[in-house]
Amino acid sequence: MEIFDIFLLETVLNGLLFGGVLALLALGLNLVFGVIDVVWICYAELVMIGMYAVYFLYTVHHVPLLIAFVIGIATVSLSGVALHYFIIRPVLASEPINQLLVTGGMLFFLQAAATLAFGVQFRNLGLALPSVRLGEIMLPQSRIYAAGTALVAMLGLALFLKKTYLGTAIRAISQDRAIMPLMGVNPSRIYLITSAIGGGLAGLAACLLVLQYDVHPAIGLTFGPITFMICVLGGLGNMLGGFIAAFIFAQLISIGGFFFHIEWGYVMAFVFFIVMMFIRPQGLLGRKS
Amino acid sequence: MNRAAWIALGLFALVPLLGVGDYYLHLAITIMLWSFVYTSWSLMGRFGLVSFGHGAFLGIGAYITTMLWNHYGVTPWIGIPLALLLAVAVAVLIGYPCFRFRITGHYFALVTLALTEVVRMVIVALRDFTGGSLGVTPDIALAGGKSFSLVAIQFAHKEVFFYIALAFWLFGLYVWRRIDRSMMRYAMEAISQEEDASESVGINVTRTKLIITMISAALTALGGALYGQYQLYINPDTVSGVALSLQIVFAVIAGGMFVQLGPTVGAAFTLLLAEGLRVAVGHEVHGLDSTIYGLMLVLFIIYMPNGILGKVLEARARNTGAAGAVKA
Repeated sequence: MEIFDIFLLETVLNGLLFGGVLALLALGLNLVFGVIDVVWICYAELVMIGMYAVYFLYTVHHVPLLIAFVIGIATVSLSGVALHYFIIRPVLASEPINQLLVTGGMLFFLQAAATLAFGVQFRNLGLALPSVRLGEIMLPQSRIYAAGTALVAMLGLALFLKKTYLGTAIRAISQDRAIMPLMGVNPSRIYLITSAIGGGLAGLAACLLVLQYDVHPAIGLTFGPITFMICVLGGLGNMLGGFIAAFIFAQLISIGGFFFHIEWGYVMAFVFFIVMMFIRPQGLLGRKS
Repeated sequence: MNRAAWIALGLFALVPLLGVGDYYLHLAITIMLWSFVYTSWSLMGRFGLVSFGHGAFLGIGAYITTMLWNHYGVTPWIGIPLALLLAVAVAVLIGYPCFRFRITGHYFALVTLALTEVVRMVIVALRDFTGGSLGVTPDIALAGGKSFSLVAIQFAHKEVFFYIALAFWLFGLYVWRRIDRSMMRYAMEAISQEEDASESVGINVTRTKLIITMISAALTALGGALYGQYQLYINPDTVSGVALSLQIVFAVIAGGMFVQLGPTVGAAFTLLLAEGLRVAVGHEVHGLDSTIYGLMLVLFIIYMPNGILGKVLEARARNTGAAGAVKA
């Protein structure tokens, strides 16, 4: 019975760290949704771009890992800007569902383009970060970094939004996009900046994911759906809600996986999501509009 | 339908008798089966009920039918209706709260997205029963050189399935037409514009949406069951999950969401594009067809949201001066 409990504790702690990874993933998507009111269905594919960038820089071009990370983040940030400028801007005025669909089309495109360019192989950095030992409990270092980074990124983003002029303008746009142009804020510029930050956060997530997971063209399908659900569950655009939702999801998956099988963990998390949509459609911390 | 269309259809029905070979028959059957599924999806999609979760219904149709046959020896003649019932029950379970609580637009899309993942994960998780991600083959009833088994609905000759697929494809188009000509269409169009206003003129919003969702789910499940019977191999990734659900959505958009033959054009277009490129560049280059397809999709949604057929009909209506032939 004692061993059982240790394993359960390890599962819970691992779930906590996994929650950090998911929270980091959700952060950028949430920001973009909150400000531009568009769900980037291809968000996880942007993360994939970042993972490939870091992978090739590090393993093929032997760029030091930290510099590879910086270039990776910049690449995804630019992809975010390009996505907004070329794909989303033309449909901003049309029906909301078109914005969802156009980024869904990008999902297909990016996934297929990655298959075309890099093949279907699973690739990894070949870096095995050691696990941290806490008594009998083993925790992977890469997950600790990810969770820590998620926390720092979230605090940094919150400070940026609260304390800077640009951050205030971003929050103002998300509250009333019709009136802000009259106050001297240029929405198209704010949208581009938001896309750059959102993309940068996706890039940051990519750097931490590539330490733990193999990159392959379909990796977006593994993380995409769960990322949207976290954002919706938290209340789309609500950072703190997304953060909490990420930890709930991670625990459900982790504990469900411990008692049954990892797929049942996901089933539990998704069913929980569906049920919560009916109970609190505005999300955990969302306000009723 | 006008006379030209009937003649074209009659000629098309003669195709298997010409001995065109199994490859072309296979293409035709695949296109018709998917057209049936896509048409079923478009019953909802054309009214703004964009579901990202039809993979759930397709998966239920395919897996329930096959599991009942493989494990309990229940003939698909009974298995398919049971699968349809389950799909409708799931549609109500998801649809009723969604419509009752006014979950629309991308929230509806995301709830249905969760649903399709639930179905895929359950199929994978029950691997001892379903074969998991390796997929499963319905027990073959064609031992000893039998050319068909009515009990198992399995046929060795593609010609038979050609006519089955043809019948269901036409049936799907017939259902589309029936709904198009019914009061439900006007109710759904009103709802898609403004729910509260529709309610105020006496439309039962929840009920109307639920009926259309049930019809759409049942037909999609039927398509899934037929796909299983034809391919004699199903796999959670090809009959459920996000990828398949998005495939359905995007093929319909490519063809044209608002016109009767739009989903059919979408199915033909996507399959022929994939096959054409495969023949042209060979097996080695993976992902070329999807890359082109993905790029075209993005351009379609930006520049011609009515799809290929929608655009063609629009242009023709403009040329002949016919007013209001195509819904914008």
